[in-house]
Amino acid sequence: MKRATRNSLLIHVAAWIVAIACLAPIGYMVLASITPQRVLITTPLQWIPSTFDFSRYATIFAGGADSVGTTFRAAMLNSTVVAIGTVAISMVVGILGAYAFARLRFRFRRAILVLFLATYMLPQIATLIPLYLILNSIGLLDTTAGLTFVDCALVIPFVLWILSNYFMTIPEELEEAARVDGTTRMGALWYVVLPAARPGIFAAIMFAFLLAWDEFMYALIFTSSDASKTLPVAISEFAGRYTTDFGLVAAGGIIAALPPLIVAIIFQRYVVSGMAAGAVKG
Amino acid sequence: MTVASAKKDLGSPLPVKRRKGFDKQGKLAFWLLLPACVAVFGVIIYPMFRTLIVSLFQVNSALASVTPFVGLGNYLTVLSNSDFWASIGRTLYFTLVSTALELILGLIVAGLLNANLKWRWLFRTIVVIPWAIPTIVNAAMWKGIFNAQYGALNALLTQLGIIQNYQAWLADPTLALNMVILADVWKTVPLVAFFLLAGLTAIPPELYEAAKLDRASWPRIFRSIVLPMLVPSISIVLVLRTVEAFKVFDIIYAMTRGGPVNGTATVAYYAYETAFSDQNFGVGSAISYIITIFILVLSAVYLRLLRRSDLSLL
Repeated sequence: MKRATRNSLLIHVAAWIVAIACLAPIGYMVLASITPQRVLITTPLQWIPSTFDFSRYATIFAGGADSVGTTFRAAMLNSTVVAIGTVAISMVVGILGAYAFARLRFRFRRAILVLFLATYMLPQIATLIPLYLILNSIGLLDTTAGLTFVDCALVIPFVLWILSNYFMTIPEELEEAARVDGTTRMGALWYVVLPAARPGIFAAIMFAFLLAWDEFMYALIFTSSDASKTLPVAISEFAGRYTTDFGLVAAGGIIAALPPLIVAIIFQRYVVSGMAAGAVKG
Repeated sequence: MTVASAKKDLGSPLPVKRRKGFDKQGKLAFWLLLPACVAVFGVIIYPMFRTLIVSLFQVNSALASVTPFVGLGNYLTVLSNSDFWASIGRTLYFTLVSTALELILGLIVAGLLNANLKWRWLFRTIVVIPWAIPTIVNAAMWKGIFNAQYGALNALLTQLGIIQNYQAWLADPTLALNMVILADVWKTVPLVAFFLLAGLTAIPPELYEAAKLDRASWPRIFRSIVLPMLVPSISIVLVLRTVEAFKVFDIIYAMTRGGPVNGTATVAYYAYETAFSDQNFGVGSAISYIITIFILVLSAVYLRLLRRSDLSLL
């Protein structure tokens, strides 16, 4: 009994340490974003300033044509368009492909699956030069459509992998019962498999969104103006230009981190169930 | 029941029908997979092929009209360059240290996520947070924390009396590489932990109960039950993290731009510099192909290990 209490205490202390390690850096970034510049650079650092300064957020949200706000707001819009487009396309394409891998028997099934997974291993850098030329020749360079297109290729293998594993854990009898009643395979996928695969679908959506929102290398090379530049590119430019104003970079970073944070927190409970069935034979 | 055996069980009663349905299924599979194939192979496999061709030519500008064929010359240039081998060394160091740290810390955090905590839902929500922070934001955040003049790390360590003077954490090549690893580990441990947690929850509780009845100690339970049952998850995490770490670019670009004195220039960053800063597209392509070969060899070794661990799909 005594050993159990001691263990429980130990586990709770360890959990506290991990939680603090997760939150402290972000807490500092939040504080830095609202600390007046002259307080932020004092030594010794005054952690909690006596007055708060929200002017950086004002600059970002309401700054005029010449301020960083314009670029930032454009990037916010571009990131949203690209991420939502990528998630939507990847999910549709991924669900169809994953169903084929999980349920249908066809030649080279395993070889094709391995090939898809292997594309994840390939370095993005090895595709940049030809992709640049291709996008340029079809007029999609520096457009959100072009960036969405190339981002999909990164996300689809992931979605295929998570979903085909998950679909395989759904009993085939469920679907066969529906098909005996005259439903087509696609009907069974829509009415039987998808509702049963909800945790897997949510886990895949979360992964796809985080990947698309986070994507940097393609965006760095293929976008150049406010027309298509995404947040990661805008922030890395900020951080390069305003090296002395960490508060401004922090404010931008927090806003850029909010959408994926919200998605991750909402979908977090599906990640374990979505992957438990899939990633590991269970 | 395992996925593999479930498949077999379902497969056995209908052998005759399956033969007839084979072609029909093949046709359907073709149409279902066509969009994925067009997107993925069009954007990855075909450009990879084009890059292979570029790597055999001397291309010194995006608009170059004179591009002499040099055969394997670009590869020889790269392989005889000490900068390249230095970047490979740094990449291997980054890969080894970050993957090892992520796996060890990930296992501990996964155990905590799975433990009987009072506020478990809150703890899981907190642990998810670093994973959701975009890489570039993470890099900018740590760059601020490590700043030599006003960084939080300096402030914290001096106020605790651990160091006397403010340190320039990102000014020394070796130290900077370790600091970048720290930032990368902070963001990635949660992902690894959730992955391993998925494996942990798949362990049947009866196993623990049996071990408890036998009065097995904690290290013993970990070694004899948890670790063997986690082998499939651990091997997936190892493959994914090793490959990701070997390709590392974003965090380097945003935190240090490969500096100081190339101290954090990993091989992907080196390839980027060569191709896009020096406009040496032929050599840059050759480097990216050498990276590809490195990764394919690594993953071939890993895939073999994975197959042995009886992974459901491979």
